[in-house]
Amino acid sequence: MSTAMRILKLPALAGVLAALAAVPARADWSLLNMPQGVSVLSREIYDMHMIMLWICLAIAALTFGAMTFAMIRFRKSRGAVADTKMLHNARLEAAWTIVPVLILIGMAIPSVEKLIKIEDTTGSELTIKITGHQWYWQYEYLGTGISFFSRLARSSDLARQRGSGIDPNSVSHYLLEVDNPLVVPTGTKIRLLLTANDVIHAWWVPDFGMKRDAIPGFINEMWISVDEDKPGTYRGQCAELCGADHGFMPVVVIAKPKAEFDAWLQQQPATE
Amino acid sequence: MDAPGKKANRGLVAKLALMAACSFAFGFALVPLYDVFCEVTGIGTRAQLSRAAAAGSTAVDTTRTVVVEFTASVPAGGHFTFAPVIASMKVHPGALNEARYVAHNLAGRETTGQAVPSIAPARATRHFRKTECFCFTPQHFARDEERELVVRFVVDRELPPGIDRLTLSYAFYDG
Amino acid sequence: MAHGTEAAGHMDHHDERPQGLSRWLTTTNHKDIGTMYLVFSLAMFLIGGLFALLIRAELFQPGLQLLDPGRFNQLTTVHALVMVFGAVMPATVGLANWMVPLQIGAADMALPRMNLFSFWLLFFAFMLLISTLFMPGGAPAAGWTLYPPLVLQSGSAFPMAVFSIHLMGASSIMGAINIIVTIVNMRAPGMTLLKMPLFSWSWLITAYLLIAVMPVFAGGVTMLLTDYYFATSFFNAAGGGDPVLFQHVFWFFGHPEVYIMILPAFGIVSEIIPTFSRKPIFGYEAMVYAIASIAFLSFIVWAHHMFTVGMPLAGQLFFTLSTMLIAVPTGVKIFNWTATLWRGSLSFEPPMLFALAFLFLFTIGGFSGLMLAIAPADFQYHDTYFVVAHFHYVLVPGAVFAIMAAVYYWLPKWTGHLYDMTVAKWHFWLTAIFVNVLFFPQHFLGLAGMPRRIPDYATQFTDWNMVSSIGAFGFGLSQLLFVWLIVKCVRGGARATAGVWDWPHGLEWTVPSPAPYHTFEQAPEIR
Repeated sequence: MSTAMRILKLPALAGVLAALAAVPARADWSLLNMPQGVSVLSREIYDMHMIMLWICLAIAALTFGAMTFAMIRFRKSRGAVADTKMLHNARLEAAWTIVPVLILIGMAIPSVEKLIKIEDTTGSELTIKITGHQWYWQYEYLGTGISFFSRLARSSDLARQRGSGIDPNSVSHYLLEVDNPLVVPTGTKIRLLLTANDVIHAWWVPDFGMKRDAIPGFINEMWISVDEDKPGTYRGQCAELCGADHGFMPVVVIAKPKAEFDAWLQQQPATE
Repeated sequence: MDAPGKKANRGLVAKLALMAACSFAFGFALVPLYDVFCEVTGIGTRAQLSRAAAAGSTAVDTTRTVVVEFTASVPAGGHFTFAPVIASMKVHPGALNEARYVAHNLAGRETTGQAVPSIAPARATRHFRKTECFCFTPQHFARDEERELVVRFVVDRELPPGIDRLTLSYAFYDG
Repeated sequence: MAHGTEAAGHMDHHDERPQGLSRWLTTTNHKDIGTMYLVFSLAMFLIGGLFALLIRAELFQPGLQLLDPGRFNQLTTVHALVMVFGAVMPATVGLANWMVPLQIGAADMALPRMNLFSFWLLFFAFMLLISTLFMPGGAPAAGWTLYPPLVLQSGSAFPMAVFSIHLMGASSIMGAINIIVTIVNMRAPGMTLLKMPLFSWSWLITAYLLIAVMPVFAGGVTMLLTDYYFATSFFNAAGGGDPVLFQHVFWFFGHPEVYIMILPAFGIVSEIIPTFSRKPIFGYEAMVYAIASIAFLSFIVWAHHMFTVGMPLAGQLFFTLSTMLIAVPTGVKIFNWTATLWRGSLSFEPPMLFALAFLFLFTIGGFSGLMLAIAPADFQYHDTYFVVAHFHYVLVPGAVFAIMAAVYYWLPKWTGHLYDMTVAKWHFWLTAIFVNVLFFPQHFLGLAGMPRRIPDYATQFTDWNMVSSIGAFGFGLSQLLFVWLIVKCVRGGARATAGVWDWPHGLEWTVPSPAPYHTFEQAPEIR
């Protein structure tokens, strides 16, 4: 090993270890997985995700186990001699072609059923039209004449300016707060209509499990619901690159029990 | 290179040039070819329009009710206000219905608008027959004119059973 | 380049080569052109990496410190375009240029002048693309996917980007034609297709993919151009068009494109693992059929990039199933590589280290891909950092590691010198550790709800972003070792033999190291 390498070896190793130590020290271990959410759909999607994750982890354990075993057991330095005649094994090859197909079919079946449920918008009790703009959302409660814009809250908007000097950690719900949140009733199947005014946007609240694109000139639909027993504030973001401020047009939804929602709706000014 | 080699090359170049020319011509031939394709398969607005016009009155299915919602947008850069007169109506498949929109020209001069329809859910589109629609042609407006625009439609009986509510949306663009 | 003297100690005309700048402008020698592609791709890798470091520096903490949002979007766009079209693809083309004629026993490529033209087209295309960063309005900022209507809000860089894409496409198509013609016509007598090395096989199939899909991409960007300048309405609802049409056209190209990037990597790994296991690849024919199936399937999965556009149920089901199906031939390859290790006699030189890291880490990328294939789950994953983590795993510890493995594998053949194994092993370990520090936390960020293509984020995402950015700088700095090592190896080092490694297989190891300027002017005997 050259002298330069010898000198640099220790500090380099120290640097790598320090960087690695940064991982557990800084990591937020609560933020590891998809939320279960507050909707029947979000829970089903979470279940599907977890099924997939466990299957992949099981297959990973087998394949990585085999690889690691081979790398240790068949080292030349350990005296392993290569079996140069080992070129085929018909049964093994058939097995590792057919078994994956069976596993895939097993994965596909639950996802079919969930997709059908997601696409079934019958029985909705409320329709809300959502229009994406550069760079804010517009919400309209169909049939009521109530329509308003929902923009990034001023406190976040000031803090996010380059060189603002404001610490994002001091801002309440930094980048996830708006001036006029969408209000919806709990325990209700709500049909959302999505369109856009200029470029493609996408509306997404992780706790509801669903996102869909808002495409200018076209109307898309999807449905959401919030469990009856989970009123509260749920936050999401635009999920399709829509220009400079794509990261600054959050979605905030306040879910209220039905009676409270009706009262709230009564109080809103009709703009049409 | 020897003479037969050169001759063979010339022949090949001629064939390749011919292929290139034919490919280029094929691009132009696609225009009438697409017309034939659309006619034969029935895909494409023209065929749909003529079918819708021929729809006329069919037997009305009173056992089923579908809610049709109406909504409108004026995308960025447009100079109109544009809104439905009523937000929704209950219809029976097979019945002819009429809905109205109001458009007001804010451009400060004579102008034209083009409405582009869209239906949700998308699979309802082919079952939503517009027999008459302001979206079929560009709409001319005098300076500051406001007027009602009419669409007549039939939701046909083959609408899939899993749809109880559909939305007709128009985006109104400057022509 | 240093002269390598042949074993006999004399120079004959096989090794005469021109000198000076004009050599690189006019050479039609596949080795020189291969070298040019490789040097170009290394430079592009560093440039694209620089953009990535700027991005990760901005994302180190919440708040905007370095870049305004428009500039940030330009950087993410150009980072991807440079890495995909400037680093990965030219590297694999460079490897093909160097190695395919050697592997099949041909004296050169079938169309040497077109080969040179392909290179210089690419060079010019990239000068144009990178220059858009400095144009008024900056580079395109709509993502490498260039979706309209957003991309039509681009400024004066737009036509330059489109032109650059056309040039790159032409370069790739001509290169692909060259490879197919060479492989089909110029294999040494006795080398049937099913005796051809797997790297050449992977390139034969990749070349067909390129010819099939690059014209589609060209068509798509031309439609963008006419929408922008000539009032067509392909992607504009006002004129009867649909923005989603572009997404179909783009991804019909885009999905095979990612396989174009990975198939040569599969070929490389299939060369390296047998060498350092000292036994032939397990299941050679299955490997060929697997590559062919993957290539075929790659044409029927494109809309899995579009699950959220409002696709009919039948479409969502079809694309979920077809995408999941690709896991089968890919799995076959992974199992065959593992079986090649099994009962082998393994040693862990740098090429093998990178190939083994590929085996592990590409598989992780494959798992996240399988999860993304499931349409209902994708409604949560789409456009989040989960997707970013997936494709970086398959591209960085996937394609890029395979390319690095190939460089470590064949560098002694190209230069005639062995490189410093210790530095190479340091490069490997630092790279392999930091690539995971960089990309693994991005899975968590995506699942926790962080969208992609945003310059600033909500404070709950801070910690993993910080870790990822530390990984990025570690990874980036480690690559300087790679550059230094290559330069040092080109200049000198211990003499390499023809075989270089302990258990070489393939015709390329029968010629001296460095490979003479002209090789196989007489076709070799195949066993």
